[in-house]
Amino acid sequence: MNIREAARKPTPVEELPRPMMGNEAIARGAWEAGVKVAAAYPGTPSTEILEAFTEYSADDVTAQWAVNEKVSLDVAIGAALSGVRAMASMKHVGLNVAADALMSQTYIGAHAGLVIVVADDPGIHSSQNEQDTRILAGFANCPVLEPSDAQEAHDLVKLAFDISEEFDTPVIVRSTTRLSHTRSPVYVSPRQEVPAKAFVNDSQKTVAIPLNARRAHPKLIVREEKLRAYFEASPLTRWEKGETRYGIITHGTPYLYVKEVAPEVSVLKLGASYPLAESVVRDFAASVDRLIIVEELEPVIENAVKAMGIQCEGKAFVPRCGELSPEILRESLARAGLMDTPPAPPDLGIMPLVRPPVLCAGCPHTSSYMALRAIDAQVAGDIGCYTLAAVEPLRSIDTTVCMGASIANAVGMALAGTSERPIVATIGDSTFIHSGIPPLIDAVYNKADITVMILDNKITAMTGGQDHPGTGRTLRGEETHQIDYMEICRAVGVEWLKKVDPYDVGTLYRTLREATEYKGVSVVVGERPCVLDPVRIKGEPLSVNVDNCVACQSCMNLGCPSITWTDQFHEGHRKVKIDTATCIGCTLCAQICPSDCIQPVNA
Amino acid sequence: MRTETTVDAPAAASKAEAALSPTRNVLIVGVGGQGVIMISKVMALISQRHGFEVKQSEVHGMAKRGGIVFSHVRFGSKVWSPTIAKGDADVLIALEWAEGLRWLDYLKPETGVFISDTRKIVPPFACRNRQFGAESTYAKETPREILARVSNGYALDATGMAETLGNTRAANTILLGMLSTTLDYGEEEWLSVIEMFVPKGTEVINRQAFLDGRAWVERARHDPAFGLADAEAYEPPVLKPGELEVSLDIEAAWCKGCDICVKVCPERCLKLDDKNIATLKDPAACTGCRVCEWLCPDFAIRVTRTPMPQAAE
Repeated sequence: MNIREAARKPTPVEELPRPMMGNEAIARGAWEAGVKVAAAYPGTPSTEILEAFTEYSADDVTAQWAVNEKVSLDVAIGAALSGVRAMASMKHVGLNVAADALMSQTYIGAHAGLVIVVADDPGIHSSQNEQDTRILAGFANCPVLEPSDAQEAHDLVKLAFDISEEFDTPVIVRSTTRLSHTRSPVYVSPRQEVPAKAFVNDSQKTVAIPLNARRAHPKLIVREEKLRAYFEASPLTRWEKGETRYGIITHGTPYLYVKEVAPEVSVLKLGASYPLAESVVRDFAASVDRLIIVEELEPVIENAVKAMGIQCEGKAFVPRCGELSPEILRESLARAGLMDTPPAPPDLGIMPLVRPPVLCAGCPHTSSYMALRAIDAQVAGDIGCYTLAAVEPLRSIDTTVCMGASIANAVGMALAGTSERPIVATIGDSTFIHSGIPPLIDAVYNKADITVMILDNKITAMTGGQDHPGTGRTLRGEETHQIDYMEICRAVGVEWLKKVDPYDVGTLYRTLREATEYKGVSVVVGERPCVLDPVRIKGEPLSVNVDNCVACQSCMNLGCPSITWTDQFHEGHRKVKIDTATCIGCTLCAQICPSDCIQPVNA
Repeated sequence: MRTETTVDAPAAASKAEAALSPTRNVLIVGVGGQGVIMISKVMALISQRHGFEVKQSEVHGMAKRGGIVFSHVRFGSKVWSPTIAKGDADVLIALEWAEGLRWLDYLKPETGVFISDTRKIVPPFACRNRQFGAESTYAKETPREILARVSNGYALDATGMAETLGNTRAANTILLGMLSTTLDYGEEEWLSVIEMFVPKGTEVINRQAFLDGRAWVERARHDPAFGLADAEAYEPPVLKPGELEVSLDIEAAWCKGCDICVKVCPERCLKLDDKNIATLKDPAACTGCRVCEWLCPDFAIRVTRTPMPQAAE
């Protein structure tokens, strides 16, 4: 049973597999399927999907960074309705931003193939939650395909375009961090050009007004049943016969753990978890003595199977939180009495070192948060590297909710009037463009008394350095218009506005103090490029004159990874040293050192 | 969907080797920027060339920012799970000492091989307690203790060795050379693959680094004293226990509420009271560092400390 065999357009396959990361395989599959337009906003673990399109000719596919996930989906929708295959990719929480478009588009349909790749983050490696996209997909009546490895990701993305066109629906392909960031062999094929169709030109279908939506909704229900029948007959729903003492229904990456841990049992692998292939599930359930559902995160399949009136067990044994693994599955099956309890690993008596990620040596965000803490600001934070300032020693962020939340959160804090502290919103450049501009307009319009600090490091840093409208470069590195944040702020009516260099600590303090004293919306733009991207910055390193160090720990409060303790003491406190290999010479520590003992190495 | 994902190899001999092989698990750990991913890419490619199916799994995102980095490499005739289960790693390579300790329970208890750099990268977070004589929270276990607890272990100052070669960044290649002694791939094969993944211009140093790492293990196997040299030279964090009486007195009449002491206090334990006079809000947090005393323009703050004998310099 092979998807390639089942595909309607068989293509030659390269003889040797290529090692590919799941995300690269997704882009490859889309490229092979003839995708013409791809758009995305960066977000771990989905970022590399769009980046991988730069491997392919711009004549084949236009791939571009969108300002946010909703815009990426809207762009893809416009392209699909105009007759070319289109794709948007995003992380799980990105689908929340794009949900408005998705909810309407499932009513409208697809015309040309429309695929949305959503990468979930079970285990919350780099996100604010671990929501399960399958629930949102079911909510939107949008079919969702779930590959297990890079080969399947490649194959299923190709198939998704066919399904999208055949059933006239957007299709979600759901990845997870583990799949997106695992390299495994992939057999690839050449690209198949798909001739562009004409623009859909059917306003009853594509204009979502009540009259049309009322007609579309019943069709959606019919389509759900047609898709169910398709998945019931498709090799995507794969019954691997084995022992029948118990059987496992599983999906996506957990399938691999099932094969690793219980290779002997009967398995029903669902390549599509919505709509559920009910008739196959019913037959499978009847063939085994006990039915176990192994799924990562929410009991989506389990609830659907139970709703069919079939007895099964799942979340009673398999954790609902976090990422699964072979050992967790083994423990779960042991809890269910289906396996011997695995022996506990020997206790080596080691307390693991707490090593949270930190802002880089020379990160321009460091001084901003040091200053905000010093003026005792109540800080509404946002999404980006600067969430790292939420822990000691910089600890100065009071809230982080979701992309673009900071400014409006600050407006609410100011309205509540429960705090004596100055209220400051901090937001990165890319996040500001993503969803920070409307709340800034709101703040000015409603005469809020807040300070907004735009942390402009000229890149989307947290996800590994992606361009955005503030960098003046596109995904493929072409020059384009570069946004001027000062102009935007002036245009929306901000009257108190200053730009500072975060490396100039004194000016930064003074500016923030003045900004927070101003009644109304004040904006401070802290401008300094990220030290990692687009170019790694390395200046002359600094060193500590140990004789003069009074071990006050002021520099340690920067949380700089280049500064650490020595084994020398002053009055019982440890003196410090600087690792010259990693120090980039930003001078923040030298500026705050009360004994002036930090100097350039060659001074 | 592929029920069987086999990797075709150019050499028939390799196919035969792969067909019979159980899955091998190599776990590579370190902190951001050390070259964990380079080692895993080399491992993956050389294993694939031998006809194995390879899965290599890592988690991106926080990796560059001094956080924990790990990469699971699994290869064999058929590999299912992308991750290695606890207690199932054939080899654990650590590019940093405390990171090796973190993952030690992933090693196969009986046969697993532990290979680690003894260099410490102490995170700022480990230096949080500034009370008199307080210790960093960095791992206290020494290589000597750990080597006694694992069945097969090698600990050497690979960073120091790479420094001698002229590039500290080649430490990962030294560890790769050590790793190579646990697998049946040829020396030239390793070198040709490594060359593909190291930065241009560093090929010669990396070649030497690989060979030195390999030779080090060979020699350590025959000469246990040589193998333990770096483990013995490792210095565990110094412990200087003690107590100190700290008192901080503020002369209210001299304080003009300039706020300087509040801003500069590293422990953030001062505040201005409702009369705009500096006060100690959190006496337990005060470490007696004297920064406020030195920087007060009005000489309004006095710190008194009773130093213990062992703190004297």
